[in-house]
Amino acid sequence: MIRLRTPILTALAVVTLAVAAAAERGTDGELRMLYWQAPSILNPYLSGGTKDIHAASLVIEPLARYDEHGDMVAWLAAEIPTLDNGGVASDLKSITWKLRDDVVWADGTPFTAEDVAFTAAYCMDPSGGCASLASFQGVGSVEAVDDHTVRINFDVPMPFPYAPFVGSILPILQQRQFEDCMGARAPECTEENFAPIGTGPFMVDDFRPNDVVRYVVNERFRDPDKPAFSSVLLKGGGDAVSAARAVLVTGEFDYGWNLQVEPEILQEMEQAGKGEVVTAFGTLVERLVINKTNPDPKLGDTRSTFQDGGNPHPFLADPAVVRALSLAIDRDILVEAGYGPAGQVTCNVLPAPAVYASTANDWCLTQDVEYANRILDEAGWERGRRGIRAKDGVRLSILYQTSTNSVRQGTQALIKQMWGEIGVETELRNINASVFFGSDPASPDTYQKFYADIQMYTNNFDGTDPQAYMTGWICDKIPGPANQWNGSNISRYCNPRYDELAAEFAETGGIEQRAALAKRMNDLLVSDGAMIPLIHRGEVAARALTLGGMRHNAWDSTLWNVHEWHRIE
Amino acid sequence: MLRYAIRRLLFAIPTLLAISFVVFALLDLAPGDPTAQLPLTIPPETRALIRESLGLGQPFPVRYVRWLEQFLANEPLNLVEVLLGIEIGDSEGRLRVSSWATRSPVVDLIAQRLPQTLTVVGVSYLVAILIAVPVGVFSAYRQYSVFDQVGTLITMIGFSVPTFFTGTVLIVIFSGVLGWLPSIYDTTHRVTDLASLGYQLKQMAMPVMVLALFSAAQISRFTRSAVLDTLHQEYVRTARAKGLAEPVVMLVHVLRNSMIPVVTVIALGLPTTFAGAIITEQIFRINGVGALLIGAIEGADIPTVQTVTFIFASLIVFFNLVADLLYGILDPRIRYD
Repeated sequence: MIRLRTPILTALAVVTLAVAAAAERGTDGELRMLYWQAPSILNPYLSGGTKDIHAASLVIEPLARYDEHGDMVAWLAAEIPTLDNGGVASDLKSITWKLRDDVVWADGTPFTAEDVAFTAAYCMDPSGGCASLASFQGVGSVEAVDDHTVRINFDVPMPFPYAPFVGSILPILQQRQFEDCMGARAPECTEENFAPIGTGPFMVDDFRPNDVVRYVVNERFRDPDKPAFSSVLLKGGGDAVSAARAVLVTGEFDYGWNLQVEPEILQEMEQAGKGEVVTAFGTLVERLVINKTNPDPKLGDTRSTFQDGGNPHPFLADPAVVRALSLAIDRDILVEAGYGPAGQVTCNVLPAPAVYASTANDWCLTQDVEYANRILDEAGWERGRRGIRAKDGVRLSILYQTSTNSVRQGTQALIKQMWGEIGVETELRNINASVFFGSDPASPDTYQKFYADIQMYTNNFDGTDPQAYMTGWICDKIPGPANQWNGSNISRYCNPRYDELAAEFAETGGIEQRAALAKRMNDLLVSDGAMIPLIHRGEVAARALTLGGMRHNAWDSTLWNVHEWHRIE
Repeated sequence: MLRYAIRRLLFAIPTLLAISFVVFALLDLAPGDPTAQLPLTIPPETRALIRESLGLGQPFPVRYVRWLEQFLANEPLNLVEVLLGIEIGDSEGRLRVSSWATRSPVVDLIAQRLPQTLTVVGVSYLVAILIAVPVGVFSAYRQYSVFDQVGTLITMIGFSVPTFFTGTVLIVIFSGVLGWLPSIYDTTHRVTDLASLGYQLKQMAMPVMVLALFSAAQISRFTRSAVLDTLHQEYVRTARAKGLAEPVVMLVHVLRNSMIPVVTVIALGLPTTFAGAIITEQIFRINGVGALLIGAIEGADIPTVQTVTFIFASLIVFFNLVADLLYGILDPRIRYD
């Protein structure tokens, strides 16, 4: 039997190879994608919205991308510069990118280092409102050394010099097209912003903002056999549930993006047999952010302000209480009820890439109500009226807010019940997302003002290097009236030890040392009770069973390898 | 009549100015931030720069006057330029009302979306009228008959079941189970021959059905009660006593008189044809004006919301005037001069 099977397999392999070799450019017809959040502009620098970044990523490309494992792959660059190949200077103050020499823009003009230098200048102009400006932090100048070499000079040593031009948020724009769109003129260039000229596999044929984008093959794309599809239709609008239905049940579309839908609904739709749900995990963590300052309305203007440590929260400043709250939560139930395959329980603020993931906080993975109760008993919180714990006249009563979203409200209700079991009273509140995540300094309801004890939302970082993200919790980044409530340290967490680690992190090279530091910072945030991480969230998409070549990616645009997508029978 | 119309039009100017102020001020005061939808990975300092580049740094009166200038002066000038193909003054430097989300002129967005709204919502309104008026008249003529009872039941259902429910039910049946009709409206589809016209009709079928059911319910109830009122008038009895044939009584004596309130209701409903059907457009992914408005509200794209709302307000003022004038034409007893 075994002997018989081998030749058959070989024959099969030959046939498959033959089919693969026969795949030519533009032979697979139209690729139909559904983005229920429709793209509104195709210049990611002027938008920053994920939907717009994805829609642009078919057309304009960065120097390097992240693949589905979070590893960097050279894209418009010939190779990834490193210390070993001399691309990164030994003082870590510059990085030199060698560009591929076989790339031309879709209009036939050659792609050169000047375009890269121009794109940097375009984004770094402060009056342009560039959404990716933060990626150019520390960049002194970007210069074209020759046609195919570009050097980025940093003001300070950069242990991770790959922020500019890596990943789909930072693609290269064509200098010729955008020359007259610098600074304050950037938003006026409607024509350019709606149809950027790119180097990617597709070109914009027709763009109707907030509705639909139609792309056609870029005949000048560097790989002569790709892409397999001759055109792409990216339709927008509607809601996540009906988008899932259009891929999984009616089969009208090949791909549906960002389908945060209750897991049982998705499972039922999958039964129709037309498509499958795919999930990719990046760094997205749904967390409870703890207010370390006192949000009492009686304090007036000083509520939820740090006051150099002079305004501590009456009970959440105590890490033991936060630990008890964390232990009381059954994260498995939260995942089951609201996320399904799109969520995994986590105890880390920094859950990925794998090298950065700490295991020191795994105590929180399983619910332990008894232990949580014991912690509170030992800390002197005694059960009083209606079983609510209190100490010195302070009751464990929490105002817990989040944005309006059915999954989040479900999670809130479950957590309220779990905390009830350890004698903690919870009042729930939800705020419209456009207000909650807005940064109107006059609004009392923003997540930055944090006029509550605990709030829940999700956050992550671009790419794979956590330096900027982890530095977000140093004392200087606490929001308050002095900085118009702009600051990423929403917990108002301040620990000099953490600040020292952050400073050390900025100067440390070498992945192992950096990973060790990042883990220690992550562990400090959790053990000091600045946050209660809940769920490591994946990005959910659906693909038709006839769509092949897709490698679902949470580190870059999910359409990063669209040139390899093809039709399978 | 003409003098009356002109007087009403002049009165409309202060009304519209007041509306524009209220719309602008309300939306400006409402909480909401165009950068709220951006990923949290964009730091607050960058967000501040983005808001600055959107012109949010200026005080309220300055922004209001600028918006009025852009909308009432620059946009009409631009329209004239586009229509006549000429250039008036410095057309490059003239600022138009720009959307924050797309960074492109709002009026262009509306112009791009109006055809879809007019075809789908307009056709559904037409279908609704064609169904509702005969049904209403016949229900009144045969009051309490089986036809009237069934009609009442269906209109009650049409009136009370929301479109997001009927729309989804239709999609599940016709697209999911039967697979006859597309659930997603293809806005790039162009009608060039019979086959493409067939597809256009197919993709319009469900949204038109959903909307027509809703409007027809409303209009047919109105027609029924108006006809009932007229049927009990003395002159109808006189007409019958004269020995006029029943069709003459109905079509000449009853119908024309009972149509007066119905025409008013239909005229007042017309602005919604331009406004689009927010929910239905969202369900079937028709890129109409309603979908534009709801998207802009979600994204806190204030200039778009302000402009679209103000255009609706103007249309309502205008169609109120049209309804009043139609009244005068249909009813000779009413004289405005």
